[in-house]
Parts: sequence; structure tokens; C-alpha cells
Amino acid sequence: MFRQPQVSTKMAQTLYDKLWDAHVVSQREDGTALIYIDRQLLHEVTSPQAFEGLRLAGRKPWRLDTNIATPDHNVPTTVIERRSGIDGIADETSRIQVKTLDDNCSHFGVREFDMGSESQGIVHVMGPEQGATLPGMTIVCGDSHTSTHGAMGALAFGIGTSEVEHVLATQCLIQRKMKNMRIRVDGQVRNGVTAKDIVLYIIGKIGTAGGTGCAIEFAGTAIEALSMEGRMTVCNMAIEAGARAGMVAVDQTTIDYFKGRPFAPTGELWDQAVAYWETLVSDADAHFDHELVLDAEDIEPQVTWGTSPEMVLGVSAQVPNPEQADDPVKKAGIERALEYMGLKADQKISDIQLDRVFIGSCTNSRIEDLRAAAAVAKGQQVASSLKQALVVPGSGLVKKQAEAEGLDKIFTEAGFEWREPGCSMCLAMNADKLGQGEHCASTSNRNFEGRQGFGGRTHLVSPAMAAAAAIAGHFVNIAEQEVAQ
Amino acid sequence: MKALTVVEGLVAPMDRSNVDTDMIIPKQFLKSIKRSGFGPNLFDELRYLDEGQPGMDNASRPLNPDFPLNQERYKGASILLNRANFGCGSSREHAPWALEDYGFRVVIASSFADIFYNNCFKNGILPIVVDATQIDQWFSEMAAQPGFSLTVDLPNQVIRDAQDNTVPFEVDAFRKHCLLNGLDDIALTLQDADAIRQYEDKRAQVHPWVFGQIK
Repeated sequence: MFRQPQVSTKMAQTLYDKLWDAHVVSQREDGTALIYIDRQLLHEVTSPQAFEGLRLAGRKPWRLDTNIATPDHNVPTTVIERRSGIDGIADETSRIQVKTLDDNCSHFGVREFDMGSESQGIVHVMGPEQGATLPGMTIVCGDSHTSTHGAMGALAFGIGTSEVEHVLATQCLIQRKMKNMRIRVDGQVRNGVTAKDIVLYIIGKIGTAGGTGCAIEFAGTAIEALSMEGRMTVCNMAIEAGARAGMVAVDQTTIDYFKGRPFAPTGELWDQAVAYWETLVSDADAHFDHELVLDAEDIEPQVTWGTSPEMVLGVSAQVPNPEQADDPVKKAGIERALEYMGLKADQKISDIQLDRVFIGSCTNSRIEDLRAAAAVAKGQQVASSLKQALVVPGSGLVKKQAEAEGLDKIFTEAGFEWREPGCSMCLAMNADKLGQGEHCASTSNRNFEGRQGFGGRTHLVSPAMAAAAAIAGHFVNIAEQEVAQ
Repeated sequence: MKALTVVEGLVAPMDRSNVDTDMIIPKQFLKSIKRSGFGPNLFDELRYLDEGQPGMDNASRPLNPDFPLNQERYKGASILLNRANFGCGSSREHAPWALEDYGFRVVIASSFADIFYNNCFKNGILPIVVDATQIDQWFSEMAAQPGFSLTVDLPNQVIRDAQDNTVPFEVDAFRKHCLLNGLDDIALTLQDADAIRQYEDKRAQVHPWVFGQIK
């Protein structure tokens, strides 16, 4: 599948090479390097032990103006719980965790959008929206979906809590350079095919370990045609292909997106920044260790049927038959997934009946996602067979914008619940979760066993597909539907 | 961090690929603000038959008898044998915390997810990549011989079985050094404080917009 591009003898660089080189503080003999981190995003789940570590060692943050925090993973999303602030969080352990973030930020002087702030939201929605994460930066967060920010031509990756503490204390990380992989998607996508379908299709092709050890640059005309938000959806799921970092080269779409954002530079600094950002593209003859070229026209609206994001097919397909698997480990994997998911071999994807629908998460909770879902839901009704259809905007600002456009009305009139911003049912750390055995069409990023609730069965889809599935009660071929209309 | 040199221990099997971090430690346990105490909830959804919640008395919960860690022959295991892509999914360091708290010091797999692999070293756990054929062989030997043990020798970078067969493994020199000595790498990085400051000064000249925007 991968072809090995010819090795160039010139010093041509990939986008990743350029970002890496610009951040090397010191190169070490063993091949690792001390890398400077420009921005760290903090949230309540992976930061408490890092702040505690600083405190125990008597250390202070290296510098404050590089960190920005907001609670997202276990904040409640109902208006009732949110109305009373932190004290209103019903779950005691969640309440302590959110409170601990507030306390740590005020103790150490870290800028935070707390739960009451209009700018609060999922870290990976808040960062770009605020212009807190910018092209050319190294960006980290104690969350694997930090790869999202690579969409703007940045080097962004998830880290564990020890490294969160390391960045707080030193502004650096010890890293070994990853390999370069480029995935080109060329051509024009078909009707009903979105950024989410493109990335699910890629993961289906290369597998969940296909990008391990690599930084993936997404390129090609189908990627260039995406908006910044679409590119964020693609890079968000680079980690689901095994790559810590995904990225897209800077172009006019990138620059237009950041102009006027609250933390973006202005005036002369803006011009200076743009001049640099425009260099953040792979050189024409740059060397990639792996390269894959896909045809956009081959992509159908995607639906995952199993318990790993690589277990994905076009909506018109049938659930795989383990008897047709080529090796015993794969066969056992399909059998286990079918059993967990309560599906039969060869069953049509469009026959899977749903119990719940979730539109939200750092993958798909931005304004364009909500517009796409609302366009499908407008004037329709959620199927009576569904127990719940949730729409959870990615931030307070997304919510405000959606309400200004009347999208909340479209959703509530169709029978969807309109919620407050947070991670919500993507990982079910708050009260929003699936019951045992329930099938959910979800715009999130992981369909692992138990991810959305104990025994819950997740099907990853695009916002338009989630909305169409909510109305029909099962998956439908939205490409055909759009053509018919 | 606990130092790790030679681990001689019982091996437990996790015979499936793509074991994700949600499987290693489900999200409801991530609400803790501490680093310790995750061991009883390691592999919670596979290990117990009910739905686990923080604060439950785990000793009185119904165990899944089919899950290896619940079987007498694997009690006290310190080495976990896996297949491909172990630790995929989230960046939660609670996954290695749970493994370490349970008593695992070494995890062997034919491949690891990058973030998990890195997180192990920060917590005194040695992740080792071994060829899939060798792993297959160990799974078979383990099934045939209760008490199957291995010796992991980090200084010499070899795994030894009871018959003295050895399998060499790779490990990054810096990570090995930290693990052997139980070193906190923040202190090591801070030895380079001058280089970091020089970098910042230089960078502020060329990319001034990176600094001072968030107040």
C-alpha cells in the first residue's frame, strides 16, 4: 500500500522537519533532543497529579504565558447542573477534580476559562477558537487528541501527566524525532462525504497502528479543499491511526481562520507571523519515509461496526464475516467485536437499529459540524425508537454562535436535547452515557469497549450521518438521500 | 520513581491485540486526583462482572473467572505478555499507574502505542518490543506450563527463560539510564536551564508573537 518515495539528495524538508528544527533546544548524542514547547493546554483530568508534583518538589512553572486551562472532561452538560457552578456538580469526585483545576490555576497563576466562563469548552475546540494555538507552534496537552491542532500547520501531540509536569517545570520535553508519513487524498469527495468520513476511511486503510512512530501530514486536493474545522477533524483522529501528530500545511485558509482571534498577534506582529507561517509547507522534493495516495471519489459515508476505529466500512456495506478473515488473530478479533457489538456477520450496516445519538466531542462539535447536523434535522423528527439524541456544542462560544443562527431551535424542535459545552458522552466521564447493550451513532473518535458507558456499543460517524440516523432510527445512505433531494 | 534492574517473575497473558487504555483503566477511575490506588481497577471491565465505580469495595465484587488475572496460577505476576498495539487510545498515565500499582514491572508486546510506551518509562515500568513469533511461542509455553516465568535483565538487555534461552531487546540509552537509577528527568532537564533560556532569547527575536500573548 505504501510506496517508498525516492530519496532526495538536497536538503529539502517536510513540514514536520521544519517544525522540529525550529524547536530544538539541544540535540543529544543518543538521538533524542530537548524540544521547546510553545503552548500547553491543561484540563482537570490529567493535570492534578502534575501540579501536585510541582508542589512536592517545590518547583514553579517555567513561564506562565504559555499555559491555558479549561475544564472539559467531566463537567456536566445539563443547564440545571451548570446553573449552580462547581457546587452544582452532582458527582462528588467530578466536583473535586474540577475544583482542583480552579485551585491549581489560581495558586500557580495559570490563565483559565473556568466552568462559568463563556469561553470554556473542550480544550481542542477552545485553543484554536481563541487563537491560543497558532501555526508553527509546538502544542501539547495531557490528551491524545491534541493532534487536532496540527491542522493549522503546528506540531501538536498528546502527552502523559509526567510530561505535563515536565513541561510546566521546564517548558521542554525530551523527544526522539518521529518518521515522516504523508497521506494524500486527491480528487473531489462525493455528496454526503465529510472530513470525518475521509479520516475514518484512512484509518480503515492503514489500521490503528498504521501511523505508529510517525507524524502524518495530510495533503492532497481533498484535504486542501477542507475548511480549518474539517482539517481539525482529520488531524484529531491521527492518533486513532496510531500517529501522535497529524498536520496540514499552512495556506490561505489557515491564515484567514486566525485573523482577529483573541490571542492571535495583531498589527506588525501579525504580518511578521504570517510571513513565517507561509513557509510552513513541505518542500516539493522533501523525503517522506512512507507515502500513501488515496482517491477521494472512493470514499463513501463511513460507519464503524466494531470496537476499534479501524473496524469501519461504507454505509452501503455489510458487517464482515469472520470466516472470510485471512488470519486467526484477525478472525478472533472480528468474532469478539461482533459479540460485543451484538451484530451478525453479513448484516447490512443500514439495518443496525439505534438507541441513542451523540453529536459532539473534540472531533465534531464545532459550528460547521452543528450546521451540517442541523441542515439534516431541519423540519424532521427524531425517531420514536430512540431513547435520546444529544447535541453538545464544543465550547460556550460555539453554543452562542449556534443559538444566534437558530440551530438550537432546529435541534430542539426535532427532538434533540441541546446541552452545555463539554466532552460529554464521548468518554462518559460525566452523567451522559450509554446503557448496557445500547447502540449509539456518535460523532466522537473512539468506539472501544465501554468507552461511552459500560457495555455500550458505539458507531462512529459524521455529524450529518448522526443526524440522519437519529431521524431514521438506523443508518441511512446520506449520499443517496442528498442526490434524491 | 522506582528503579528497575532485573525482574524475575511470573508471566500473565493478555491474549488479544489493540488493548486500549480504556480497557486498562476505565474512565470513571480517572476522576481521582492521586497517582496511586488504581491497581484494584486495572482491566476493570474484563476483570469483574459488574460495573465498577470509584469507592466500591472491590473485594466483594463478582469476579470474571475466565479472566487470567483472576486465576490462581497468575497470582503475583510481574510481567504482562501481550500481542500487537498494546496501550492504544488515550494519553492517560493512569494506565501505567494502574499496571504498576497492581504489581507489573514489565510489559511485553509485539508493538506499543507511542504515548503509552513513553508513559511507562516515567513510572518505573519497562515496555519491551519482542517479535510476534517469539510472543506466540511464549503464549504456547505459558498455556502448557503453570508457573511460566521469565527473567528480564535490563542492564544486559536480554530476556531469559527457565532453560536459559535468551532474547535480546532494544531500549533507548537515556530511558535505560533513568530506569536503572530511578531518576526524575525534570531535574536532569533543569541542568540545561541556561540552554533553554538562550533558546527563548533567540526565539523571541525571530518569533516574538509566540510569547506574552496569554496573560
